[in-house]
This record gives sequence, structure tokens and C-alpha cells, in this order.
Amino acid sequence: MTEMTKIVKTLANILFPFTVIFGLYVIAHGHLTPGGGFQGGAIVASGCALLLVAYGSRWVFTRIKEKRLAAFESIGAIAFITVALLGIVFSMMFFGNFLAGSNLLFGTTPATGSTLADFNTGGVLPLMNFAVGVKVIAGLFVIVLIMAYASSAKEWGS
Amino acid sequence: MIEYIPYIAVVSMIFIGLYAAMFRRNLIKMVIGITIIESGVNLFLITLGYREGGVAPIYTSLPPGTTYPEQMVLPIPQALTLTSIVIGVAVLALMLSLVMHIYRKYGTLDVQKIRRLKE
Amino acid sequence: MEKRVIAGALALTIIAVFFVFSIFLLHPFGDPGDVQMDDHIIVNTQNETGTNNAVTSIVFDYRGFDTLGEATILFSAVAGVIMIFRRVKE
Repeated sequence: MTEMTKIVKTLANILFPFTVIFGLYVIAHGHLTPGGGFQGGAIVASGCALLLVAYGSRWVFTRIKEKRLAAFESIGAIAFITVALLGIVFSMMFFGNFLAGSNLLFGTTPATGSTLADFNTGGVLPLMNFAVGVKVIAGLFVIVLIMAYASSAKEWGS
Repeated sequence: MIEYIPYIAVVSMIFIGLYAAMFRRNLIKMVIGITIIESGVNLFLITLGYREGGVAPIYTSLPPGTTYPEQMVLPIPQALTLTSIVIGVAVLALMLSLVMHIYRKYGTLDVQKIRRLKE
Repeated sequence: MEKRVIAGALALTIIAVFFVFSIFLLHPFGDPGDVQMDDHIIVNTQNETGTNNAVTSIVFDYRGFDTLGEATILFSAVAGVIMIFRRVKE
């Protein structure tokens, strides 16, 4: 796709940081408010798709090759499986929550009933939220980028 | 009769999606019909888990005076719907890539003209 | 009309009749009856998993195996899209 006019580019430049920060907030607070890995990843991926539409897919494709983005997604998947396999080592269960109740990284237990939000709770859940969030961001951005670039190439070796 | 309206909405969505996937000749309209069926099934999963006058099952700053298992909405169908939505996105991405490849090879999107394997 | 349209309309009518008859066998909207697993999860979320959010604790802790399958589906969808649009350099 070709690029758009100056007004669209300026508005996309202003809106992109707010969208990314809001999406990262939804990913990081997945154990306290509604949200989590999948929802926040979809928000950040839609912000990146806004940037792709405003600047044209050829310019973005020459800057960001899809091999690096695919490697980014594999890092998220490997981190998710590593955290799940560490549950076997420390508490004899696949996906076992070995950080809840201990006084390591995310270990305090909240009081029962209606509480205020304490970020230090959650056990192994915030780490899994970040891994799945990275995976969804990279995956959805690669899908949109490849489809946009393939529909604008002049001739394709079919 | 009032309490069966969400189920009637689900049946209407599945019916419209089935009609669009069976009776239209354009490939993009068939893909849209399959997506409408998927949205109808997700809506059905969510409406199975509603309790009358309930709040969301989250303990951060509850409205004061809610007793917990009786006035909270069921959380299990919401978790299953999350997985179903992501599966719908994956299927839609693969269907649209195949439609783009077919259009580039045959030059048309009419189903009744794409009948032989092109040599 | 053609035979194809008549057969399709008959099939859709039978499916619609079956759906409408099975609506009235479900439980009414807002009264789920006897739910024991959901009550156990809502009451015991905060001292077994340590979070405030019951939905996230189901997705990642009580039923984490389904999330593993969903991550596999996302990965295979991206791999399929990249594979369809690759260019073979002659």
C-alpha cells in the first residue's frame, strides 16, 4: 500500500505512544483488573497496525524484516513453556504455582474479601502474562504486515 | 418468554451465518458467513453463565455489601470464550490468505468459475 | 426454481425448527441452577493462587493446559501465513 498524507501521519505519530502504553498497562495488571495477556496484546497490535496503514507497507517492510519478528514470537513461546516446566522442578506439578505464598518475587497472599490492588501478589501469573503478551503482539503484527505487503507487490512468483 | 431472548438472538446469528455460507457465490461473502457463525457461538457461551444481579468475579474494590459466591457471575464460561475467540482469529487469517492466493491465480472470485485445476 | 435452491431451503428450515425447539429445554437466562465447581473456584481463588482476578486464575492456573494449546494454534497460524506468501527465487 502507498503512504498517506501529512495529516494522517501526524495523527498516527501522536496516537501511537498512548495506545502502546495503555496496552502494556492492561498486560501488566492482568492479575488485578480485567485484562491479561491476550487482551493487552490485541490492543498493542492494533496500535502497530495503525502505524502500518499510515506509513505504507513497503516502507515498513524494508525497515522490519519478518524474520526478526518471528524470532520475537518464538522467544515469547519459549518463555511461557519454561515457566510451566519450572513448576515440575519446584512443586511436582506441570503449571504448578511455586511462587504463591513464598516470599520470593511475587509472593504475598492478599487478604480475603474486597481488597485494594496490591501489585506484589499473583505468584507465577504476571510472568506468564508478559510471555503471552509478547507472543500475541508479534504474531498479530506479522500477519497484518505480510498480508499488506503481499497485496501490493506488482508481480509475485505464483 | 422475555427470559429466552438472548437464545433467540444466538439462533438468528447462526441462521444468518449458515445462509450466507451456503447460498452466496462470492468467496469473501462465504468467509464473512463463517465469521458470523463463530461470533454467534461465542455469544452463546457467555450467556450461559449469567446470574441475576451479579457483579464481575474480581475482588479488587468490590461494591460494598456483596456476598461472594451468591452474587458473582460464573467465571468459567468467560475463560473458555477467550480461547474460542483466539481460535477464530487464527482460522480467519488462514482463510483470507488462501482467498488472496486463489484470486491471484484465477483472476476472479466467483465460485462457479473456479472449477477445474488450472494447468 | 432449481433443485439446489429447494433442497437448501428445506435443509435450513429443518435446522431452524430443531434449534427453536431446543431453546426451551435450556435453563432460563439468569438462573444457572446447581454450580459447584464455580463456587469452589470463586471462594478459594485468593488463598490458593494468590490473585484477585478469578478469570485470569482459571486461564493460567486451574486450566493452564488449554492456554498451552491456544499458544500452539497461534504459532501455527502465523507459520501458515508466512509459508503461503513466500517467494521462490528461480
